[in-house]
Amino acid sequence: MRKLNINGKEVQLDVPDDMPLLWALRDIAGLTGTKFGCGIAACGACTVHVDGKAVRSCVTPVAAVAGKNVTTIEAVEHDPVGRRVQHAWQQIDVVQCGYCQSGQIMAATALLKETPRPSDQQIDAAMAGNICRCGTYARIRAAIHQAAANGSKEPS
Amino acid sequence: MRIDLPEDREAASEPEQASRRQFLRTGTALGAGLIIGMHLPTRAQERSRNEKPPEAAVGQAASTVAGREPGLAHNAFIRIDRDGLVTLIMHKVEMGQGTFTSIPMLIAEELEVDLSRVRLEQAPANNQLYADPLLGGQVTGGSTSVRGAFEPLRKAGAKARVVLITAAARQWNVDPATCIAENGTVRHPPSGRALGYGDLVESAAALPMPDNVPLKPASRFKLIGRPVKRLDTAEKINGKALFGIDVRLPDMLVATVAASPVVGGRLKSYDARKAMAVKGVRQVLRIENAVAVVGDHFWAARQGLMAVSPVWEDGKNGKATTRSVVSEMAAAAARKPGAVARNDGDANAKIRTAARKLAVTYEVPFLAHATMEPMNCTVKVQDDGCEIWAGTQVPTIAQGAAAKLTGLPVEKVQVHNFYIGGGFGRRLEADYVEQAVRFARQMKGRSIKFIWTREEDIRHDMYRPYYHDRIAAALDEQGRPVAWSHKVTGSSIMARFAPSAIKDGVDPDAVEGAKDMPYDIGNVRVEYLRHEPPLPTAFWRGVGPTHNIFVVESFIDELAAAAKADPVAYRGELLGKSLRLKAVLELAAEKAGWQAPLQSVPGRKTGRGVSAQFAFGSYLAQVMEVSVGPEGDVQVHRVVCAVDCGQVVNPDTVVAQIESGVNFAIPATLWSEITLDKGRVQQSNFNDYRVLRINEAPRIEVHIVKSNDAPGGIGEPGTSAAAPALVNAVFAATGKRIRKLPIGDQLKGTT
Repeated sequence: MRKLNINGKEVQLDVPDDMPLLWALRDIAGLTGTKFGCGIAACGACTVHVDGKAVRSCVTPVAAVAGKNVTTIEAVEHDPVGRRVQHAWQQIDVVQCGYCQSGQIMAATALLKETPRPSDQQIDAAMAGNICRCGTYARIRAAIHQAAANGSKEPS
Repeated sequence: MRIDLPEDREAASEPEQASRRQFLRTGTALGAGLIIGMHLPTRAQERSRNEKPPEAAVGQAASTVAGREPGLAHNAFIRIDRDGLVTLIMHKVEMGQGTFTSIPMLIAEELEVDLSRVRLEQAPANNQLYADPLLGGQVTGGSTSVRGAFEPLRKAGAKARVVLITAAARQWNVDPATCIAENGTVRHPPSGRALGYGDLVESAAALPMPDNVPLKPASRFKLIGRPVKRLDTAEKINGKALFGIDVRLPDMLVATVAASPVVGGRLKSYDARKAMAVKGVRQVLRIENAVAVVGDHFWAARQGLMAVSPVWEDGKNGKATTRSVVSEMAAAAARKPGAVARNDGDANAKIRTAARKLAVTYEVPFLAHATMEPMNCTVKVQDDGCEIWAGTQVPTIAQGAAAKLTGLPVEKVQVHNFYIGGGFGRRLEADYVEQAVRFARQMKGRSIKFIWTREEDIRHDMYRPYYHDRIAAALDEQGRPVAWSHKVTGSSIMARFAPSAIKDGVDPDAVEGAKDMPYDIGNVRVEYLRHEPPLPTAFWRGVGPTHNIFVVESFIDELAAAAKADPVAYRGELLGKSLRLKAVLELAAEKAGWQAPLQSVPGRKTGRGVSAQFAFGSYLAQVMEVSVGPEGDVQVHRVVCAVDCGQVVNPDTVVAQIESGVNFAIPATLWSEITLDKGRVQQSNFNDYRVLRINEAPRIEVHIVKSNDAPGGIGEPGTSAAAPALVNAVFAATGKRIRKLPIGDQLKGTT
């Protein structure tokens, strides 16, 4: 039995210590917004926040996040930066198939929490690990800039 | 591309086709009587509808019989409940291309409802009601969705509106011509009366559907042609959108599989005991060429699969290498004559005797689709029925395959479709559904979700064919082509997918973009030679044109260079019979600043390349700007696109699809390829099957030509036009002509 804090709630999950957080979220906790893409931290579809930092949940054992705060796409709207990112995603109409977008939004939110006004180079560095096969990259970039601009207009 | 499902499926001679044939006949008989115009639920019906899956709800709601001829039935797409809730039934899947926005726009334009308040529902599997008129089956592919739906779905909306107005007019005892419909309400302005659609459905349902209704002229469109925000965004940014892989059912088990690494190989042995010793593993299942480990969750199944250590019998393909496959194909291309797809004048004789000619060979590799959502399928097989939960571009093919494998009548197989986490042609195949059913029928009564690992997904894709093209031209004294000969050699997807499409040995998909190349040349010969490799092949975004436009547009660039002519002007002079194409070519050149010098990039060589294409009913030209570094690495900086796709439905979708299509083609031009050794695919995941990342994505500009002509397709043109623009830009930068994709390290030492 593992005690985890997921989206602000303490949960007890009956999972082996080596189970990647991704599968604990999807198959045990029923939070399917976090996606399986590669299993080797090469695509970013499984990105969640652990204590506010972007983490690839497909290679993060549950034992490694015990006592830490895990945030998934289902709860990112409760974070002011996350909400701004979602809003910008809507304004720019970023999504296509949408499968990678949970991970993109989590990665973008983590970036903006650390770097509120990122340059293109900083966006590249933070987002290059998140693959989008629909190729929505230009809109992801535009939406991150938009969220940053919206953020500087309002107190966060 | 036309996929004529019933006859085609019958024509295949595999023994298993007998039951497929049966399925189709049953399907046809069933087709009449399933769907609806207006739905009038009683309280009891509403309850039971909520208890049943959506597919059943559509059937249950049926109140009128749909048209008998294949094609879009006008009244199978709209349901209006008493409370005014408007549900639109989506006959096409949403896999990113925007159909869950553009198709509702078509209906809403005539139905006069608020788009933000309609509910969308996936159509059940039914070829009779939901066949695409261009494809002949319930298939989402070939950039056909808007093209096929443009008129029928506006008509569906208009007919429903007309009966609602008629119902209101009768109730008020006024002339229907004095009533108007807007925003889900019928109004009678002279008297100020109004009734919501929900209040009218009962009386409207008793009225006959009108046979013919006039459609709005383009000048009165309120939605069509204006940018509309996607209707699926909200649930795709908060984790709520459900893809096939997200399905969760009571007592569901999760499985993962390993299939023979060599096509045609068999499972010889495996260690079930070791797998069963993994905590959470429930069962090990086998079929002839694969093993599955079933567990309480994916991680148990995955650990179990690592322990099961399958041993394979490779069979006859166990020695195949890319080199062996390619050399056999090249030998066949040189030795065997092809089937003639086009023969104007006497191209070969003209080329043989010409004083000035050019003859070269082009090659493109096997490619995986690498959709972000790996293949997956959830199945529950019971004695009296089978349910399938999966994202599929071909619900009726999946249904038919499951019926055949379970021995159930087709109406006992329910397909629940989902948002698709990337299609690109991969989910036009039902192989992953068939495999899941073969396993699941061994554990009747249990719902089992089969998820392929990324490695399984890459190694058991059905690949974009390897093609070998021999192309030649004879030139006159000014360097203009007077004869053109193009011979395509490669596998035939159509021969497997829709055999009746093959006419006189020509696969229409394999020569699309070659046979109909647009340049005005007196002598043109196009041949196709079928040559099957030891890998399964399938449609890949851009289908035939992705390969042929690369060859044609690269070669015309070679001819322009040989003539020392400007690539845009050279093409333009040969496009006298295709003025819309010439117009987009000139527009792209103008917007790109074709004549202006390129901005230099320190330490890199820069170049600009062009392509022009008519495919999928749309005209598209691209100008790409690239730079090539000292190590031969290529960066695409800017892509300027001019497109004439006729009447635009959602301009933002057109832009998004061109952006998407270009970004899909860039990695396939630069890096991606599937190679074989010992019969095994050598790539496995995104670490060795390289795709585009954000830092490599160019700036893409899309210029749309205003037009009210019939709509063209837009999901694929961006992909098929990109590779030649890219290699032509590389040629402009380095002088190196790329005739084999991917570019890989071919540019090392050129700068």
